[in-house]
Amino acid sequence: MIRVELVKLARRPRTWVSIVLLCGLPVLVAVFVAVTHLTPPPGQGPTLLSAVLSNGSLYPAAALAIVLPIFLPVAVAVVAGDSVAGEASSGMLRYLLARPVGRTRLLLAKLIALIVFTVTAVVAVAVSAYIAGRLLFGSQPVAVTNSGSGITPTIIAAHAAATTLSGTALTPADILARTLGSIAFIAVSMLGVGAIALFLSTLTDSSLGAALGALAALVTSQVLVSLNAAASVSPYLPTRYWLAWVDFFREPILWRNIDRGFAVQGIYVVVLLGAAWANFATKDITS
Amino acid sequence: MIVTRALTKRYGRVLAVDQVDLDVREGDRYGFLGPNGSGKTTVVRMLLGLVYATSGEIEVMGRPVPSRVAEVLPEVGALVEGPSCYGHLSGRANLALIDASGRAGPRRTRRRRIAEALDRVGLAGVDNRAVKKYSLGMRQRLGLAAALLRSPRLLVLDEPTNGLDPRGISEIRDLLAELNAAGTTVFLSSHQLAEVEQLCTRVGIVNRGRLVVQQDLDDLRAPTGRVVLRTPDADRAAALLDGRIVRRDGDRLVVAAADPAAINAELVAAGLRVPEIGPERRSLEELVLSVTGSGSDRIAGPSANPPAHAGEGEAGSANPPARAGEGEAR
Repeated sequence: MIRVELVKLARRPRTWVSIVLLCGLPVLVAVFVAVTHLTPPPGQGPTLLSAVLSNGSLYPAAALAIVLPIFLPVAVAVVAGDSVAGEASSGMLRYLLARPVGRTRLLLAKLIALIVFTVTAVVAVAVSAYIAGRLLFGSQPVAVTNSGSGITPTIIAAHAAATTLSGTALTPADILARTLGSIAFIAVSMLGVGAIALFLSTLTDSSLGAALGALAALVTSQVLVSLNAAASVSPYLPTRYWLAWVDFFREPILWRNIDRGFAVQGIYVVVLLGAAWANFATKDITS
Repeated sequence: MIVTRALTKRYGRVLAVDQVDLDVREGDRYGFLGPNGSGKTTVVRMLLGLVYATSGEIEVMGRPVPSRVAEVLPEVGALVEGPSCYGHLSGRANLALIDASGRAGPRRTRRRRIAEALDRVGLAGVDNRAVKKYSLGMRQRLGLAAALLRSPRLLVLDEPTNGLDPRGISEIRDLLAELNAAGTTVFLSSHQLAEVEQLCTRVGIVNRGRLVVQQDLDDLRAPTGRVVLRTPDADRAAALLDGRIVRRDGDRLVVAAADPAAINAELVAAGLRVPEIGPERRSLEELVLSVTGSGSDRIAGPSANPPAHAGEGEAGSANPPARAGEGEAR
């Protein structure tokens, strides 16, 4: 069944269009930055972007920062929201279950297809950004700084850091390891989004409804995270630690928020998938 | 083959299926009839383990459903509420995906089985265009092909000839009769009386969630003990058969007598002309109309004429929310 789901995912034009769009945006940004040599000052604009002019191999991380706030969650929510609700609205769900495909097994196969899509999308963004970065930008040594625990992206200003701040130079292997860490963190964060959408997808027969519901949850979370009055709940919100992967580019790496981010997403994923399973396994299929 | 005992399904306050005792025997061609919204589809979905019963028992091929439905379904081919497919893929690709899903059919024989199923439903020469470009009739045939992929012992078909033209309907009827002759039990849910009358050997009729009739079609259509005749000399015939005339309708007479031949001899001996004479039989339509009310798709206003059948007065004045609920329940 897993193979069947992967085939379905791969044969859907939408899958490839969304991955191409995801990769396209950072490349577009890279072209603009490379042509104009204008980067936002450190602390403003997309994270890490100010550093890429001097070293293109940092661009994968910057690219992930570009697609993380909207593009990536939308793509993941659309695929996850469609997973069960799409089968229901096309009427295939009843035929799959009458094959029979066990409900738990079907949900598991959908989940694995979702994980494959998420990881593929994140890795595709990173790889395409690496290629764009190496082609368009230089490769001077990069330095990172430990500029405190704030999550606003003021950490790296490589071209300045080399001279002014007590930064440590990063080797290419170091950058690779840190980028891989970021990819893993972002993939897990996106899996949290996917779990929300997958759960909603078992509740409704409308894939659009499930995807929008998941995005509404994220927007709500983002609003609350930025609200001081909601500080008491903010550590439990799904988007609270979304940007913690930036800490991979500090020296030394600040593990505290990264660990918490993994933990929070893990809890969301486990609880929501459990709820999705409980609902789907006992539901009357009337679509 | 299929046995249900006191099968009941309740959606909130709406009783969609009420104490249904189905009995479909091996080798039957069973016609499951009823107005729209009477609970047919809900029963079919419960048989396939898609919808869980509120109470009652289901046994398909001797195994309880839904607890052991996974053992049953590989031997069942189903078409429920119209065919479904992935519109962006070709018919063959759709069948291959369906066949690979779940308890997959053997991969080695997949290509051959797909070709056979397509051939059976009359799509052998289909090209590689996407299913979304198929006509309704082609989709219906593709849905049937999907049901036939594994040579099932039991076919559960909901409105299988929907969208087909008369020739297509006749082809599918022949196909089902042929499969049945080869040992496949056919459970056909429909509201097309002609389809059921021509194909089925046994019928069950549901009305408002209850099974009101379940009988062999031959018994239902047995002579009623009356003779129907037509004669241009109707007045003289009426005088001759005085006392035995049940109903007169222009030149058509209904006579209380078991033997048409005797009546015919009597009339002819008296010099009357009789172009048509035969035993009266109930048609399936008369039976269905006499035991069912109007479907849930008929929502009469409060000022409308009261409907003709018993139990329908309620339907005419039923409040819209309950009706809507019943519609969903299908």
